[in-house]
Amino acid sequence: MSINLTLHTSPEVPLEAEVLCTDKLIGLTGSEIEKLPVEHGNRQVSVADFFTVKGSPDDSISIEGDLSKVKHLGAAMASGKLTISGNVGSHLGAGMTGGKILVEGDAGDWVAPEMQGGSVEIKGNAGHLVGSAYRGSPIGMSGGEILVHGDAKNEAGHAMRNGIIVIGGKSGDFAGVNMLAGSIFLLGETGIRIGAGMKRGTLVTMSKTSMLPTFSYSCRYQPAYLRMYLIYLQELGFSVSDEQLFGFYHRWCGDAIEMNRGEILAHDF
Amino acid sequence: MSTSTRILNGKVYDPINKVDGEIKDICIKDGKIVESVGDDATRIDAAGMVIMPGGVDIHCHIAGPKVNLARKLQPEDHRHDPHPGTPFTRSGSGGTVPSTFATGYRYATLGYTTAMEAAVTPIGARHTLEELHDTPVIDKGFYVLLGNNIFLQQLLKEGRKEEFKHAIAWWINSTKAFTTKLVNPGGDEPWKGKKNSNVSDIDEKPNSNDISPRQIIEAFIEAVNELGLPHPPHIHCNNLGHSGNYKTTLETMRTAGDRRAHLAHIQFHSYAGELGKNPTSAAREIADYINKHPNISCDVGQVMFGKSTIMTADAPLAYMLRGIAKGKWVNADTECESGCGIVPFSYQEHVYVHALQWAIGLELFLLSEDPWRIILSTDHPNGGSFMNYPKLIKLLMDSSFRKEELSRANQKAVNKTLLPDLEREYTLNEIAIITRAGPAKCLGLNNKGHLGPGADADITIYDDQADKEIMFNAPRYVFKSGTPIISNHEFCQDHDGRLLHVAPAYDETIVDTVRPFFEDYYSIEFDNYAVDDSYLHDHEIIPVRN
Repeated sequence: MSINLTLHTSPEVPLEAEVLCTDKLIGLTGSEIEKLPVEHGNRQVSVADFFTVKGSPDDSISIEGDLSKVKHLGAAMASGKLTISGNVGSHLGAGMTGGKILVEGDAGDWVAPEMQGGSVEIKGNAGHLVGSAYRGSPIGMSGGEILVHGDAKNEAGHAMRNGIIVIGGKSGDFAGVNMLAGSIFLLGETGIRIGAGMKRGTLVTMSKTSMLPTFSYSCRYQPAYLRMYLIYLQELGFSVSDEQLFGFYHRWCGDAIEMNRGEILAHDF
Repeated sequence: MSTSTRILNGKVYDPINKVDGEIKDICIKDGKIVESVGDDATRIDAAGMVIMPGGVDIHCHIAGPKVNLARKLQPEDHRHDPHPGTPFTRSGSGGTVPSTFATGYRYATLGYTTAMEAAVTPIGARHTLEELHDTPVIDKGFYVLLGNNIFLQQLLKEGRKEEFKHAIAWWINSTKAFTTKLVNPGGDEPWKGKKNSNVSDIDEKPNSNDISPRQIIEAFIEAVNELGLPHPPHIHCNNLGHSGNYKTTLETMRTAGDRRAHLAHIQFHSYAGELGKNPTSAAREIADYINKHPNISCDVGQVMFGKSTIMTADAPLAYMLRGIAKGKWVNADTECESGCGIVPFSYQEHVYVHALQWAIGLELFLLSEDPWRIILSTDHPNGGSFMNYPKLIKLLMDSSFRKEELSRANQKAVNKTLLPDLEREYTLNEIAIITRAGPAKCLGLNNKGHLGPGADADITIYDDQADKEIMFNAPRYVFKSGTPIISNHEFCQDHDGRLLHVAPAYDETIVDTVRPFFEDYYSIEFDNYAVDDSYLHDHEIIPVRN
């Protein structure tokens, strides 16, 4: 039997709940979980002050309610499944190394920063800095996948090193800024300055996008490997049209300020 | 609560008073150590424990504009190492460059109660004093950078020695500094003016009408000696980090003649080999010179493997290192006074140069015959954080541990040093000298570094343990000016600490000589430059020698 937590009181200020993570709850009873500490603003309170706990944990947790002020859920998670029915706050799955997080609603800023493995799926929209590096760190996301079916704001995939990020809807400015490697798919409209400062890696855009002057045009072609990726995305429930699947792509190399080894593939309409 | 305390049954190490491990009572009254106290005094049973004076760090970088730049540069360093508050102490952030509060408390948790910030530009003095005020528990002071000061060099060029001396005294008074610091004297200025120009020899003049580093060093040693400052000029020699630089270091020491001089982080200045090629060790040559010349004191600047932050007024050096580290870095010009460079760095045991630096530091410790003049430091945070001191003490006290660590380091490097053959182990008494009594003596702090009557009651009590790293990492009691700060390993009170500075007398008319230069070249008004007494927290003026 899995464990189910329901938010009974909405926190006034952000609630930091990194204890609510599959690996940290395994082996605990319901009443032990209720006593775990969470930070409400600058005060330490217990899980029971905000959540009703039902069941006992195996490797899956489901959390219900409007969790948009609950931060750090699933941080450092390594295995299991965390399902959130509703919105969720920032720093979801920060630094996670494995397991799966599913959010039915929207997510806040900093979705899975510096994640190393596992999977995060957001059915709604995500905030700024999806899969990015924390300020000061040289490397962001270094493995795993982040799937956002809705929109995402600025700096998705900042300094990402490996893995895949898919934004189904609109994306903000500076997608893939300073990226080191890995793949980012922008299926909707994009913001400006995508791929700024990218070292290596692949950014795929399906909309008309203005390129930075430090990117140079290389060719128009049909990359075979891209089709395999796009079929995979279709299977995950993203909408990929036949034109995108079988069409041509313009390849741009950049960023010239960082040795020109990255690529942006822009769909040719 | 009574203000007097008696500590009983502890094994006392107090080298200045020639107490080497005797069981002896220590009595405290009104913040000072006294002969005896009444029966109503608080009693602390220190059976099975080791009592030493509070530690004194003679060379570290803990406050001021460059330290703050390093903090701002590395948010990732703080994120992984939060410093939680306690009911008595404030919170902060750690890493290689901790926040002000964390710095003070972390020194206290190692049993250190005095630390000297080793490089502050005069224009950064105000900022430094504000930060030192917020650095709790420890007594502190700073050395003011004057070795690349354009105005002072101008005076020297014109041969105005007397005015030079008064100008130094004016600068020390205007900044509330403890002594003068020279960093790559004569090298920063040419480098700031012209790409890649620096001095590579102590007698080199960047331009024919310039003065050489030797002239600058000589003038400072002479002037500081005449002013009678308790600590001689604190010298960071030219050519830091370059192969073959030990010759420059020897020449610098010879320049002092038989007058006192302190050489900072000498490990970084003890490299043989050819310029541009991999260095080898010259620890033997340097240690021999120091052994024979009692006027020279030094701190080692030991490199410890792991993360560090290079932070220096030697701007050309930081420029060179940024090419090795290949990460983010900072370089800054400081008006007419100095340069500045900051490079986050990591010392790795498998890297030849890093392993060699590590081994040379230990060689210097083990080859030196007089522990009073070779002081334990990591040049925090340049060679590693001061939090490495307990491990460094274990390396010095435990030769089997040293061998074990040695076997993990780059073998090509360590085999070029004498370290594999050195069997010496420091005793607890010698550790008390290199971490407490020695630095206090070099600094001319008569009330620090010992436990005789009249001394400041800065006391550390460690559990006597076989593993010296564990022992020195967690004192059971720490007293600052007689106040218990740590009791049974827990903070039990806070303390502001004091600022230690000097105030040498000078001829007031020197102000009229300095003023026009300021008005022509500085970005701030001359009248706003000198720091007044309102920036001092609790402070003590250390008297000059007559």
